[in-house]
Amino acid sequence: MTSSSLSAANGKPDIVTLERVTKRFPGIVANNSVDLSIRAGEVHVLLGENGAGKSTLIGMLSGLQQPSEGRILVDGVPTAIASPRHALALGIGTVFQHMMLVPTLTVAENLLVGGPWWQRPKAEELEARVAEISRTLGIGVNLHAKVSELSLGEQQQVEILRALLRNSRLLILDESTSMLTPKGIDDLGALMRRLVEQGLAIVFITHKLKEAAGFGDRISVLKLGRKVGEITPERLRALSEDEIIAQIVELMFGKKESDPEEQARVARAFSAETTPLLQVRDLAVPATATAPGLASISFDIRPGELLGIAGIDGNGQKQLAEALAGQLETSGGSVRLAGENLDGLGVGSRREKGLRYLTDDRLGEGTVGTFPVSINFFLKQIGTSPFWRKGVEQRQEIDRRAGELVREYDVRTPSIKTPIGRLSGGNIQKILIARELAEGVKAVIFNKPTYGLDLANTLATRQRVRDVAASGMAVLLISTDLEELLSMCDRIAVMSGGALVGTVENSGDARTKVGRLMIGLAA
Amino acid sequence: MTGLFDEVFLAALLFGAVTAAVPLLLAGLGEQMSEKAGVLNIGIEGMMILGAYLGFLGAYYSGSLWLGFLAGALGGMAVAAVMALLCVRLGLNQIVIGIALTLGLEGLTALLHHFQFSRSYPRLPAADKTAIPLLADIPVLGPALFQHHLVVYFAVALVFVMIYIYRRTQLGLNLQAAGDKPAALDVAGIDVIRTRTIAVLTTGALAGLGGAYLANVGAGIFIPFITNGAGFLGIVLAMLARGRPLWVLFGALLFGVCLSLTTAMQVAGINMPTDIIQMLPFLAVMIMLVLFGRKASLPAALGMPYERGAR
Repeated sequence: MTSSSLSAANGKPDIVTLERVTKRFPGIVANNSVDLSIRAGEVHVLLGENGAGKSTLIGMLSGLQQPSEGRILVDGVPTAIASPRHALALGIGTVFQHMMLVPTLTVAENLLVGGPWWQRPKAEELEARVAEISRTLGIGVNLHAKVSELSLGEQQQVEILRALLRNSRLLILDESTSMLTPKGIDDLGALMRRLVEQGLAIVFITHKLKEAAGFGDRISVLKLGRKVGEITPERLRALSEDEIIAQIVELMFGKKESDPEEQARVARAFSAETTPLLQVRDLAVPATATAPGLASISFDIRPGELLGIAGIDGNGQKQLAEALAGQLETSGGSVRLAGENLDGLGVGSRREKGLRYLTDDRLGEGTVGTFPVSINFFLKQIGTSPFWRKGVEQRQEIDRRAGELVREYDVRTPSIKTPIGRLSGGNIQKILIARELAEGVKAVIFNKPTYGLDLANTLATRQRVRDVAASGMAVLLISTDLEELLSMCDRIAVMSGGALVGTVENSGDARTKVGRLMIGLAA
Repeated sequence: MTGLFDEVFLAALLFGAVTAAVPLLLAGLGEQMSEKAGVLNIGIEGMMILGAYLGFLGAYYSGSLWLGFLAGALGGMAVAAVMALLCVRLGLNQIVIGIALTLGLEGLTALLHHFQFSRSYPRLPAADKTAIPLLADIPVLGPALFQHHLVVYFAVALVFVMIYIYRRTQLGLNLQAAGDKPAALDVAGIDVIRTRTIAVLTTGALAGLGGAYLANVGAGIFIPFITNGAGFLGIVLAMLARGRPLWVLFGALLFGVCLSLTTAMQVAGINMPTDIIQMLPFLAVMIMLVLFGRKASLPAALGMPYERGAR
């Protein structure tokens, strides 16, 4: 029995059906015999880890790629979706993970891009239609704003609007929540609900379990290119959120668990007499037009202690990390590591003294995407022995050590010669961690270490951070994920407007206290 | 030093400036369209030289300047078609192909010219001028600016056509998207390759026309390497103008004045080595780059071939 006849039995027709779709790339099978039925009036969640094959599936539905085997049916008719134009004509609109708007154009111009080149853009008609859609769906966009000035959430709304303007019957949202604030995620969930009520089909791709359980009518789980399970609407309705999550985890990892992100933290006591390993006093950085400064930041971290920095993104966390690492010039204050004054030292010297910084900008400042994995391990040691001698690269030594690190840190890469930019975020993060934990480390600053990682890599990274602290290092963990901080830190400091507004011992009612500090109340 | 500022001298200087500016203007406007769409068209010098050669041949054998211009524009487009095939469709390196086309065509036209005319350099009759009523009677400015060949007025009008295309038309939007974020254009259902090809072919036609004007009107003769970097100056103009056609016009006029000074100073009997005077336009380029070029924001995808689905 094919899936199309299956769905006919349920009353709702398939808009798009995938039958045993396989997509091969040189060296990997991205999708392996995937069946999927996408119906009007349903939010169909595609859930899977990084590399599960979600994006490839979307590529085929939106006409960017063609299946190697199997077929795609549109309204029950086998159809080769040849190009993005063809996909749009079939009523398949996609909001890609990476924004597909021209930053130098206005919102209106972006919505007009794509008309036949010999025509005048129909600006008046556009305005009327946007007004109509905005009214019924409650999304408001300023048509005359330049896209580069919009927040990511606003840009996403523009993309959804664009798909609706083109009369899409199927809307595909690829990892659409990864850039959104919690409020933005809730808004998107509500918007999806209104859209499916109007009869649209939505494919919602995510690797976050809570979103899948919260927003989905039907959940398909992908793992290593295969579809490993599907939870039907009937089942979803019958289960509580916790049961759904447990079921998904079972599908994804083959074992039953409650929310795997919840892990009991062993409370540790630190004697007040212990000499702090990292001492920061009155650190100050002047504000710029685009970034907040730092106002007299002071804290101590004792050996083995994990201090968390909580706060809403953009309150000076990155500036703090960069000032400590020596990347940002300070206007006052001092940093001492194991009693030694680091003031005035540059990035390289601080690193040599044992102060390490793991950036949140993995691809931008953390790695050179086109360099092989092996060289990226030693980017911060270029020119130093034993990897370079008299300015000459010691390929054998680099490869040998890189090979060891790949095994030790469980980096999944085709080879140490692979350009690092081709790896998934989780694997790039492992390489960065390995690099920063190299010989001589005393204190580590982790800036949003699990941002954008899938569940397995998030858990592995968190364990790595815990291990670093347990081995007697001082750890500063900057994160916007409060759950993460609560599950890991000994103390949590809250940052707001470039200042530390309070520090809380992580015990008992820490959650409430931190929460109050974050929204501007005294703990 | 007599007569440097008298009326006749000034009129001649400005007239020469306009004549010298027109090929730069056409090349600059053409290059601007390619760059807007994300193609760095280094081959424009080659398009100009072939345009100059074919333009000259067309006019020489048919006796009609207009057929010459048509031949020149088609010649430029033919080179552009090769460039579009190699760089836009097949995604080869735009700089390498551009340089190869330029060097190859400079050599080829010199060789063909040698076979055809040996060491003789036949001249075309002076081009017809069209005076604009009333304006042409203004002292100094009249003869300097408003008594030119029709192509000159066409080139200036083209500035405003380009402004209209970029600001007001669907093609303008699509071109800018092709240069700034080609993937966005692709998923909006427009063929990036086709959009860029349209831009490159337009560049070729304009560059070829510019070359033909240079030979047929500016010089009245074809000599090998006659373009002498005019295409490259067009690239500079397009880079400096950052997508604004009016700036290409101003820049072209400025360079035109510099080029015109070369002859004008000799006419005025100012004793200065010609080599130094001939350096003027290039000195002007460098000064302009220092003044305006430092924060030039070029299209994000300039010079990068588009491949669907590539990360």
